[in-house]
Amino acid sequence: MIKARGLTKRYGTVKAVDALSFDVRPGAVTGFLGPNGSGKTTTMRLMLGLDRPDGGTVTIGGRRYRDLAWPLREVGALLDARAFHPGRSARAHLAALAAANSIPSRRVDEVLRQVGLDTARDRRAGKFSLGMGQRLGLAAALLGDPGILLLDEPVNGLDPEGVRWIRDLMKSLAAEGRTVFVSSHLISEMAQTAEHVIVIGGGRLLADTTVGELAARSASLEDAFLELTSGSAEFRAAHRGPA
Amino acid sequence: MTSAAPGIPGTPAAPSAPAERLRGHYGFAQVARMEWIKLRTLRSTWWTLAITAVGSVGMGVAIGFNTRNAAGDLTNNALAGMVPGLLFTGVLGVLAMTGEYTSGTIRATLTAAPRRVLLLAAKSAVFGAVTLALGEASAFVSFFAAGAALRHGIAAPTLGQPGVLQAVALSGTSFCLIGLLGLGLGAIIRHSPAAIGVLVGGVYVLAQMVGAFSHSAGIYMPILIVGNSISTTRTECVTGPGNGAQCIHFLSPWTGFGMLCLYAAVPLVIGGWLLARRDA
Ligand SMILES: Nc1ncnc2c1ncn2[C@@H]1O[C@H](COP(=O)(O)OP(=O)(O)O)[C@@H](O)[C@H]1O
Ligand SMILES: [Mg+2]
Repeated sequence: MIKARGLTKRYGTVKAVDALSFDVRPGAVTGFLGPNGSGKTTTMRLMLGLDRPDGGTVTIGGRRYRDLAWPLREVGALLDARAFHPGRSARAHLAALAAANSIPSRRVDEVLRQVGLDTARDRRAGKFSLGMGQRLGLAAALLGDPGILLLDEPVNGLDPEGVRWIRDLMKSLAAEGRTVFVSSHLISEMAQTAEHVIVIGGGRLLADTTVGELAARSASLEDAFLELTSGSAEFRAAHRGPA
Repeated sequence: MTSAAPGIPGTPAAPSAPAERLRGHYGFAQVARMEWIKLRTLRSTWWTLAITAVGSVGMGVAIGFNTRNAAGDLTNNALAGMVPGLLFTGVLGVLAMTGEYTSGTIRATLTAAPRRVLLLAAKSAVFGAVTLALGEASAFVSFFAAGAALRHGIAAPTLGQPGVLQAVALSGTSFCLIGLLGLGLGAIIRHSPAAIGVLVGGVYVLAQMVGAFSHSAGIYMPILIVGNSISTTRTECVTGPGNGAQCIHFLSPWTGFGMLCLYAAVPLVIGGWLLARRDA
């Protein structure tokens, strides 16, 4: 269970996350939706203790991330930007992370196989395509066999086969009782994966509900999302008319 | 991404037992293992270390080979290659930290080991141990190789002579201490070019200027400490031929060593403090 309470983060004058409170429950895929720049990545960084909040708290199973005993065995995270050194192989990258949490080294080969990188495991990761980099990030998230997964726009750069694969993976992880928190700016993607959605705009909570309930608010889930976020979309195309 | 097949759809994450409950929590030993794997799995690490060692030994040999004055401080001459060598470990130290930021690895590192002061301590310990081993090996090999290269009937110094073992052993620490200075600067500055600039500018350029401007301040500069204080076997004034007693004072070996330790420790402490407070 993840609990955010009054979470606030400012970057200079920008309020990236503004008094955000929500729970993420186990056993379901929870979608984290919001337009570009709405604060999804920032929220995830706050959850992982990468950034310090200016206010509020976020806890994982009652503890702050930095107080976790074996972080990678409890939480697996994929952030939206690359988090590996271009000169290191996929295998070396994962082996280093595994060592930090006493994760048996056989898990490195298991997750590499699982994400389909076993044939590329000894190549320098700097030569990876966007999709392969994404798969390596996912392998790192799965490494510790964690009960909680935080995935920031995981389908970015994946081919259709990869998109289908990650969708099925998230569902099966949730079916095993794990907490799956996945961000996206694509409502259609979430419609196929998530049962629950948390919608934010301009760093503020706009909805915390089931996909079914949200869809029922308007003609379609997409319409409901656009209505909800119309007042807060940061980088709206100038030509788009009113909803 | 065309060649690699994706995993079988629907396959759950873990065929292995779900997170067998481990007692205790991750600590220094685990984080140090991570840092050791990260250090040794970059080819640039090995290249840099090899060039550093070969370069510093080669310079000692060249100086030994060309020595004509048996009255000089032959030990100090043999260790002359340590001064240019420490620049490489200094830069390697910078990159060990800034490379985490430029590549984004810092995010993965901190999710695996969120206690940041512990992380920097483990990184420093691993990097310090590797560069200390390299530095001591370089210093001793330089000493013996330079002694073997002496010509003109000049007898090679031995470790048993007064101050020699101390000079060689203390010089061997310079790679590690300047490497840690680089690591600390990397943690403070976080950008590779800027941190390398500060390191090179501070250790080489600024030190030269301070030395030229005021000798009494210059003796506290890292290069003069490595080149003179810790690598000398002479404690008394050097008597130059013809021009009387020529007294050039440098810090004593152990004072110099203490200064180098401070040069390493202060940036590391500041870097650790900033690392713990700043957003990653
Ligand atoms: N490190 C940062 N410095 C300054 N502004 C930032 C930083 N990170 C994010 N922001 C700003 O915070 C807001 C939220 O960004 P982000 O969390 O990345 O949104 P999302 O992931 O939903 O697209 C944006 O306005 C973005 O420009
Ligand atoms: Mg984002």
